[in-house]
Amino acid sequence: MISFSNFGNDLYSGKRSIDFVGRQKLWYAVSALMLVLAAIGLFGRHLNLGLEFRGGSEFRVSSVTNLDNFETRGKNAIGTLHTGSDVVITKINTDTVRVQTEKFDDTQANSAEAALANEFKVGENKISFSTVGASWGASVSQKALTALIWFLILVSLVLAAYFRTWKMSLAALIALAHDLVITVGIYALAGFEVTPASVIGFLTILGYSLYDTVVVFDKVRENTTAAIGSGRMSYSQAANQAVNQTLVRSINTSVVALLPVGSILFIGFFLLGPGTLLDLSLALFIGIAVGTYSSIFIATPVLADLREREPAMQKLKKQAERYQSTKGRQATAAVSIGEPMNGDARIQDTIPVTTGGGTSAAGRPLHPYVQTGPRNQPKRPPKSKR
Amino acid sequence: MAINPRNRGPLRTLAVLIVIIFGLYGLLAAASSLSDAQRTPKLGLDLEGGTQLILTPKLVGNQTINEGQITKAVDIIRQRVDGSGISEAEVTTQGGSNIVVSLPGTPDKATIASLQKSSALSFRSVLTVGPGAPTPVATPTGTATTTPTGTATSKAKASGSSTPTAKATGTATSGAKSGFPQSLAAATTPPPTAKATAKPGTNPTATPQATITAPATKPQNPSDPAWITADVSAAYTALNCNNPKEVEAIVDDPAKAMVTCSQDGQQKYILGPSEVFGSQVTNATSGQKQNQSGSTGEWEVLLSFNSAGSTAFCNQTSRIVSLPAPRNRSAVVLDNRVITDPVPQTALCAGNASITGSFTGASAKVLADQIKFGALPMSFTRQTQDTISPQLGSDQLRLGLIAGAIGLLLVVLYSLLQYRALGLVTVSSLVIAAAISYALVTLLGWSYGFRLTMAGVTGLIVSIGITADSFIIYFERVRDEVRDGRQLRAAVETGWVRARRTILISDGVNFLAAVVLYALAASNVRGFAFTLMLTTIVDIVVVMMFTHPMLSILAGTKFFGEGHKWSGLDPERLGARTASYAGRGRVTIAAQRAAAQGSQS
Repeated sequence: MISFSNFGNDLYSGKRSIDFVGRQKLWYAVSALMLVLAAIGLFGRHLNLGLEFRGGSEFRVSSVTNLDNFETRGKNAIGTLHTGSDVVITKINTDTVRVQTEKFDDTQANSAEAALANEFKVGENKISFSTVGASWGASVSQKALTALIWFLILVSLVLAAYFRTWKMSLAALIALAHDLVITVGIYALAGFEVTPASVIGFLTILGYSLYDTVVVFDKVRENTTAAIGSGRMSYSQAANQAVNQTLVRSINTSVVALLPVGSILFIGFFLLGPGTLLDLSLALFIGIAVGTYSSIFIATPVLADLREREPAMQKLKKQAERYQSTKGRQATAAVSIGEPMNGDARIQDTIPVTTGGGTSAAGRPLHPYVQTGPRNQPKRPPKSKR
Repeated sequence: MAINPRNRGPLRTLAVLIVIIFGLYGLLAAASSLSDAQRTPKLGLDLEGGTQLILTPKLVGNQTINEGQITKAVDIIRQRVDGSGISEAEVTTQGGSNIVVSLPGTPDKATIASLQKSSALSFRSVLTVGPGAPTPVATPTGTATTTPTGTATSKAKASGSSTPTAKATGTATSGAKSGFPQSLAAATTPPPTAKATAKPGTNPTATPQATITAPATKPQNPSDPAWITADVSAAYTALNCNNPKEVEAIVDDPAKAMVTCSQDGQQKYILGPSEVFGSQVTNATSGQKQNQSGSTGEWEVLLSFNSAGSTAFCNQTSRIVSLPAPRNRSAVVLDNRVITDPVPQTALCAGNASITGSFTGASAKVLADQIKFGALPMSFTRQTQDTISPQLGSDQLRLGLIAGAIGLLLVVLYSLLQYRALGLVTVSSLVIAAAISYALVTLLGWSYGFRLTMAGVTGLIVSIGITADSFIIYFERVRDEVRDGRQLRAAVETGWVRARRTILISDGVNFLAAVVLYALAASNVRGFAFTLMLTTIVDIVVVMMFTHPMLSILAGTKFFGEGHKWSGLDPERLGARTASYAGRGRVTIAAQRAAAQGSQS
């Protein structure tokens, strides 16, 4: 862990700097690839919609001791009642069989329960039954869509008001859309079942993705305000420094958020079987992971691109270049000025703290203050002019 | 021991927090000993076992349903549930038009069917009235003999009854005679809509429990006492209006006489066959009675009928208006219960009527809503039915709690690894947050009937991470300040000012997401949004009232203040680059020392 904390220190001081903003084209390309994959998943494979969206009945037989050939046995038990072909029988947990059928009415359900209880040798109280109308899922999605629109409107207003610039709001929303599409795309590609709980999970990602982005942007704002004031760094450089300085924080917050979600996912996957818990946690897990990526690699570069187009920021960039070329040796903040696009994409050691002339005649290292020369003393007007 | 004056502020905040926590738990203890509050959170159906039905009104054609009608529908379903003898059932609305019925255990199919059935409103003529409890007295044989005297035109109601009287409105013959202002009749008379064809609103599945046989001698009209056969009078005698189960079992056959109770169970009736049906009522509104000089301040319920209903109501009122009490009353029956039985003052043939009596604004509205609800022959379709066995529920809860414990443990380990002793502050903050959340959830279960579902538990577990996140934001900020060369005490204060802003906005965004989810999400996942909302608030409270004051106090201790190696705030380890004064004219330059060490090794 020492290395991790040193890593954090180096990122903060600028000794190490990862060029997040400068290499935006690379990140954009990576994201574009993921988005294309997501789109292929969505339109090519379609989402695996759960029972709630298709409509139908579900039986869960718990405490089954003998699970041999559970599939054929379940089919046989239901077979007399059900002529359609779409009986889906799955084993969940260690002792539960789930039987999904078309929509049964009450009498059918009763006899199906009896048949299943008989087949799997359990009491009828061990069987839970649920039935869902097809319109149910549709009304849930409808609500979710309304919720999404409301959330987007409200949050963009709040962010624009907080950051005092709509560009941050826009960049955050682009990152948000990116997260949502990729998460849903992963669902489509992997064939995970989409239930109303997953839909709610997707909506929760919105909040979380923004949470991460807001933390980074807060620092970006702080750094860029300082940069605009001093004119020593361009907007992109200041933004990049901010991302580097908050990197450890981003990693830590994401890890800490993922740990509990991961433990629910684990329990849900191995012990509990499909249900609200698993659906929610899976959506959250994927979403938080993608959200962390986007707040670092997408949101800030997009923001920098947006801001760099402003004439004032162009002026700042020129000013910063002038400053850095004349006082380059002082650029200890070392924000990898205009790094070429080749080479190691991730970590570059830039100018160390003390460069040439950092040692005295005696060979001892010099304090940075000494290197910059004497400070200008306040001038005092002569006595006659006081 | 003297308190360090610099610690006074933080200590005061901590004291307030302790008072709040004790207050919450005190309230909880008081509520559980004095009231019926549980000491543990109320569990939802999916954890406790039971059945949840989501019903949606099935509307015919282009009918629409308004909020008042849905509220009424909820009341009626609640009555039906209570009538079926199920205790602890909950009926709530969801998303404007859905009705959620939560029942413990597994209800039989008949119960579910009875919940879904359509409501039945009808106007019947009263044959006999009596007190609601079973009467061991002789059966009322005749009508004229047993009924109290009273003239048809008399405004006085049968003594002791709270029944409102009906007055004529707007008919050309009766308007002036009853002293009822003509202007009102014109203003309040909607043109009778003649689109609905007159057909019986309901045809209940006749499972004859109280077998009411057709009368031996064919009755002349619906008010004929000949409807009261031996069976009917026996059923009437036996009926106990205080037993909701009995009332629920009453069969409402529109073609036959009916034995039933008033809504409050105070009175019971023998009623003639149905004459006007719910589908023939086009509207019911409540308002203050108007005359030429404006509002009279008296509340009334205005009814309007379509043409078939108008004819039927005209027939009924013109027949009964001259009969002796109580046969001069027209009972409005909704779902087996008499909701009102006004006395018509004249024959009402204009297609509308006004019921007046001892109404308040609220009670007039209730009656109007009830009639309007009944006028909409609404049955319910079952959207979803979920049955969870109690065993499955408790398994889920147990595993959910295990998942939470693992998650918490991992977060604690990670923060100890990253932040050393500072991680302990995270751990204690999480414990405080958990304690507050537990008390709040339990209290909300008691006061607002909030039930913790699986989705809610998930929300609580997820919130562990989100709560810990704000500590990380804070600690990293403080570390940044230490890296900039600030002394720890100063670093804590400046770091806090900057971190607070970030924490507030990011929690605000999260809260916003949770609120939008809560307001718009359907289904049981609402619990998730709610717990997320709750824990976001708890998070802010804890970080402001515990974590920050705690860190301020700790910054004054030797261990943290001087940046012990294990404190997580060691300036050297954090690579503080600026010179710090080390006494005797010497300065320490951490970065250089680290560099020197690095070159030596």
